[in-house]
Amino acid sequence: MSSEHPTEGNEALFEAENLTLVYGDTPAFEGVSLSIPAGEITALVGPSGCGKTSFLMSLNRLSDLVPNCRVTGSLRLGGQDILSSEVDLIALRRRVGMIFQKPNAFPFSIRKNLTFPLQEHGVRDRDKLATLVEASLRDVGLWDEIKDRLDAPALSLSGGQQQRLCLARALALKPEVLLLDEPCSALDPLSSGVVEDLIVSLRGRYTIVIVTHNLAQARRVADQVAVFWVQGGAGRLIESGSVGQVFEDPQDELTRSYVTGQRG
Amino acid sequence: MSRFRVDEGLLWSLRGVAFLAGTIVVFVVAFVGWEASAALRSVGLSRFVTDPSWYPSEGLYSVLPMLVGTVLVTAGAVLTATPLGIMAAIFCNHYAPAFVARPYRRMIELMSGIPSVVYGFWGLVTLVPLIAQVEPPGTSLLAGIMILTVMILPTVTLFADSSIGRVSEEYTRGAAALGLTRWATVCHVVLPAARPGIVAGVFLATARAIGETMAVLMVCGNVVKTPGSLFDPVRTLTANIALEMAYAMGDHRSALFVTGLVLFLLIVALVWGAELAGEGRARG
Repeated sequence: MSSEHPTEGNEALFEAENLTLVYGDTPAFEGVSLSIPAGEITALVGPSGCGKTSFLMSLNRLSDLVPNCRVTGSLRLGGQDILSSEVDLIALRRRVGMIFQKPNAFPFSIRKNLTFPLQEHGVRDRDKLATLVEASLRDVGLWDEIKDRLDAPALSLSGGQQQRLCLARALALKPEVLLLDEPCSALDPLSSGVVEDLIVSLRGRYTIVIVTHNLAQARRVADQVAVFWVQGGAGRLIESGSVGQVFEDPQDELTRSYVTGQRG
Repeated sequence: MSRFRVDEGLLWSLRGVAFLAGTIVVFVVAFVGWEASAALRSVGLSRFVTDPSWYPSEGLYSVLPMLVGTVLVTAGAVLTATPLGIMAAIFCNHYAPAFVARPYRRMIELMSGIPSVVYGFWGLVTLVPLIAQVEPPGTSLLAGIMILTVMILPTVTLFADSSIGRVSEEYTRGAAALGLTRWATVCHVVLPAARPGIVAGVFLATARAIGETMAVLMVCGNVVKTPGSLFDPVRTLTANIALEMAYAMGDHRSALFVTGLVLFLLIVALVWGAELAGEGRARG
């Protein structure tokens, strides 16, 4: 299995071994072993329904929110078992931020979208909050666009701006990892480009795992690529490795036809 | 051509029905106004608020104690039922397991279907003696507030439940992904998103509380006096009409229609307030 490919230099942050996720009786993915290197961008690609998003949701245990969803196997974050029932989910999710396909800015002001999660995590100081708001908005390139209307409703922003606000909201909590679930697929091409550039600019500062349907995007932004495919009624990891290796010299026949556009 | 005819026919019958529904309201209001006008002319508008009390046999017609009674009973019930209903709805949506939430919802729905006279009867034989043990006579403002709270609680709860249930899962998932606790998610994300529906439910419950007659009449004592404490009996506007309409004649009868008119104005004010609140939110 290709998960044994050495990752170039960087240590693995996430290590999944024989990971399986089932919804009731239906497996979403089965037997996935994958290391995700720290500080790099790992893209999960593959056709719809192959378990990419479910895999992503198991990385911050958001899968817990789905009734009847069970995850088995082994999953470690920096050596710590995160499937254990004793894991502090609040701390885990603060460490592992997530951005969804559809922007989910909350229905109140832009400022409150950023300050309220911080306040819930114990940041009370007004000056500190203001500094963090500005820094996170600068990080996503929104500061100059919206600094004069921080008290406007977040939902009055454009789709692309909302997605960047969601990213800023996650970044303000200073996570180590960012999980991105098709962050550009609900955006127009222009906003999509902006968000994509933003993701690239975060390389090195965060470990990023991005699910995408867009192979060209995976090729542009990712360091590592993991290809999921439905086999025997469940999603499986069929190949993983560096971008160059997966796209130029795929080992798996399915991967080859997928990356060359013949399948998927 | 024939299809056009069918459409045309439907259009006119819908117009007819809509016209009928509209005119009925107009006629009712006009009728109440007409019947009230006799007393308004012979007694005079001002005496309905300036008279020392309501003794129609002695020509005293102040509706003020009843207006205060209605406002106090309603406000008390709404202020109690609103937090209870919202908390019940939060419990149902975010804390209760499915096997608890489902029967719980059915129970609340059932509660909204119980006739008011049954609530009143229960209040009279159970609640009133209990209150009388604390401070006689038991039939009181407090009893009215408690019965009305139970009666409007289902409305508040069901509205809050459905609007909390309709809050997009994207919000709750997004909040969980930010490492927020369930309580923080409910307080800061779910409730603000569900607010319009909750407010609508509270207004509807308020309207029901203002109009409720039978249950309130049975437990409130109906003494025409502005209450000085929760344990004092009160008479509401609705009870006033129900109690006296059977034997009222002349100016007295007409004065009861004035009471009805006051009730109507109270409801108009409520609807107007609801509109303003809605507009304010839309702008803000």
